[in-house]
Amino acid sequence: MRIRAQIGMVLNLDKCIGCHTCSVTCKNVWTSRDGVEYAWFNNVETKPGTGYPTDWENQKRWKGGWERTKAGKLQPKQGSKWRILSNIFANPSMPEIDDYYEPFDFDYDHLKSAPEMEAFPTARPRSKITGERMEKIEKGPNWEEILGGEFSKRSEDYNFEGIQKEIYGEYENTFMMYLPRLCEHCLNPACASSCPSGAIYKREEDGIVLIDQEKCRGWRMCVSGCPYKKIYYNWESGKSEKCTLCYPRIESGNPTVCSETCVGRIRYLGVMLYDADKIEDAANMENEQDLYDAQLGVFLDPRDPVVIETARADGIPEDWIKAAQESPIWKMAMEWKVAFPLHPEYRTLPMVWYIPPLSPIQNAAEAGAIGTDGGMPDVKNLRIPVKYLANMLTAGDEEPVVHALERMLAMRSYMRTKTIEGVIDEAIAARVGLSGRVIEDMYKIMALADYEDRFVIPTTHREQVEEAYDLRGGCGFTDTNGCGGGSTKGSLFGGSKRPLKMPTEAM
Amino acid sequence: MFANFDIDFIIFGIMPYAALTILVVGSIARYDRDQFTWKSSSSQLLRRKQLIWGSILFHVGIITVFFGHLVGLFTPVWVLDAIGVPYWVKQWMAVLIGGPAGIAALIGATMLLHRRLGDSRIRMTSSWADIIIMVLIWWQLVIGLLTITQTLQHMDGAEMVRFMTWSQSIVSWNLNAWAMVVDVHWLYKLHIFLGLIITALFPFTRLVHMVSGFAAPFRYLLRPGYQLVRSRRQKPLPKRAAPKATPAE
Repeated sequence: MRIRAQIGMVLNLDKCIGCHTCSVTCKNVWTSRDGVEYAWFNNVETKPGTGYPTDWENQKRWKGGWERTKAGKLQPKQGSKWRILSNIFANPSMPEIDDYYEPFDFDYDHLKSAPEMEAFPTARPRSKITGERMEKIEKGPNWEEILGGEFSKRSEDYNFEGIQKEIYGEYENTFMMYLPRLCEHCLNPACASSCPSGAIYKREEDGIVLIDQEKCRGWRMCVSGCPYKKIYYNWESGKSEKCTLCYPRIESGNPTVCSETCVGRIRYLGVMLYDADKIEDAANMENEQDLYDAQLGVFLDPRDPVVIETARADGIPEDWIKAAQESPIWKMAMEWKVAFPLHPEYRTLPMVWYIPPLSPIQNAAEAGAIGTDGGMPDVKNLRIPVKYLANMLTAGDEEPVVHALERMLAMRSYMRTKTIEGVIDEAIAARVGLSGRVIEDMYKIMALADYEDRFVIPTTHREQVEEAYDLRGGCGFTDTNGCGGGSTKGSLFGGSKRPLKMPTEAM
Repeated sequence: MFANFDIDFIIFGIMPYAALTILVVGSIARYDRDQFTWKSSSSQLLRRKQLIWGSILFHVGIITVFFGHLVGLFTPVWVLDAIGVPYWVKQWMAVLIGGPAGIAALIGATMLLHRRLGDSRIRMTSSWADIIIMVLIWWQLVIGLLTITQTLQHMDGAEMVRFMTWSQSIVSWNLNAWAMVVDVHWLYKLHIFLGLIITALFPFTRLVHMVSGFAAPFRYLLRPGYQLVRSRRQKPLPKRAAPKATPAE
């Protein structure tokens, strides 16, 4: 057993209103630069839909994630190391920028500078890559917003697998949900495994997966390797970039920008302790539907004395162990089992988890006649097919998703009875295998979602591993080239030069 | 020796040292000071068309040609004699392997150059260095293939031995090396000259990705397993005894 700590995230899709505040604040902070205009470290998709980049979930096409070979070995779906190296000249599985969208801006200036003319002046689009006029914008970062586009296209959504999807194209049966997506900071990251330069690494102390911008050589195997398509190639700098889980904020105990600004308060951040020695076996289950359970088996109970003792020996700081005991991630994923990993079948053991959304009862006309499971509506009658959610969250296994939705319905029912009728009905809780006390705890964390309950983030203990005196007067957090003046205009080696800012002498 | 201070001496006697110095010192300086700029500068994201075939043909061809030159020029002549390879056999090998590889590289380079200049996305995002180096390599391939027409007129390998002697004299600090190539056909001379120019430009262009490309297989294949975990810890954790019991999950 080798215990490590990981900052994980849970997104409560039941509360996501699709406002894109997370995406926009993330963009403003991280990707408002040349070369990554098309990149959204966080994006929100309307489901069902093919997403961004288009069709990203189709790993037959993109070869992302891992596969179990016939011999029972776990290897990247792109192929073994030799196979990946042989694709170094041209990567056959890499998306083109048009699979995301061609970034554009508008000629806003024309609105005020246009001469007097018969037609009303308009701001026409212009490509951010070439600067040339774009006659028609074909795609954007959220092209299927609120079920935009025809059903025939949207229904190519991979999560419809095994579903008679035609009826969901009918107006009466249509359904939708939002899916905010960011880097999963996987326990078994396929991007890091695909990198021939070894530039992508997982941090031991908090599990954040980062790309070393100095070591990245632009072989772009990570772009195809990541099944979530959350690695973006910066066409200006020639390096790959990704979500950093806002590590400068996490290190100081603050939530990520997307979490902090989420108006629906759907995001949770917390510590999970896991056994690093179990990862390979957990990712290599023969049956895809066992992967979710196997991943649960990797996490360690932070209240178990043996775990605590071993964690201390493995150098996990005391306040991290304490944070793991209070982790909202642990509660939702392990205790209440309402949160699930996104596409466990990719075998990456993702660490951004999702609470499936409840949805209205499918047919209002039949509302009186629908199957009720002892006072509660049957989740099979929810508008979003359970199979669809299961394809997304549990490799198609409906049982855990049904279980989670029932618990959420029970929470509503219990709290409604309590607050409206003033009756505490333990029977409701018991029916889903919980107690009233646990349901009230669920309600506090999931429904009220106070700031302190959502974000339980211990600070990093750099003082234990670094010589603070050596760092004095250093550069702090920078993107790209640290203190160096590289990457840039006028440099001897190409690119443009950023002014070199030296910190003032600390006295 | 300096009495005949002519252009041949400058190009074939002095320039190799200048070019190699720039190559080595420049590359070390760039790697050390500005590693962020050390990259392949792939443009595959922006346009896949013409890149897949162009890049594979070009790279496979040029790597074959590169190692052909390296092995061909720097294998000592006495080694050939010792293992009993007649010069004409080596000459034929050079033509039969280098010829097709050069043609493949030229087809690939033509596709890539056409794409770089003709596709507005690639044209607009190219630096001058990207275009200049591509054009130089294209001409170098054309000239290199044209020298085959000369080579075919003397397949005994004598000319080839002169180039081998020249390059080996250069690396063994023999300043009279340039005299070996004074009388060769101008196509060869132009090929060498352009080669030295490209060598000198190496550290200032995207060509530096060659080093990483050659290092990548070693780095990747020798890496134990697939995953990489980095720790800030400066001292490794003390060894601990195995936990007493398996914790409950």
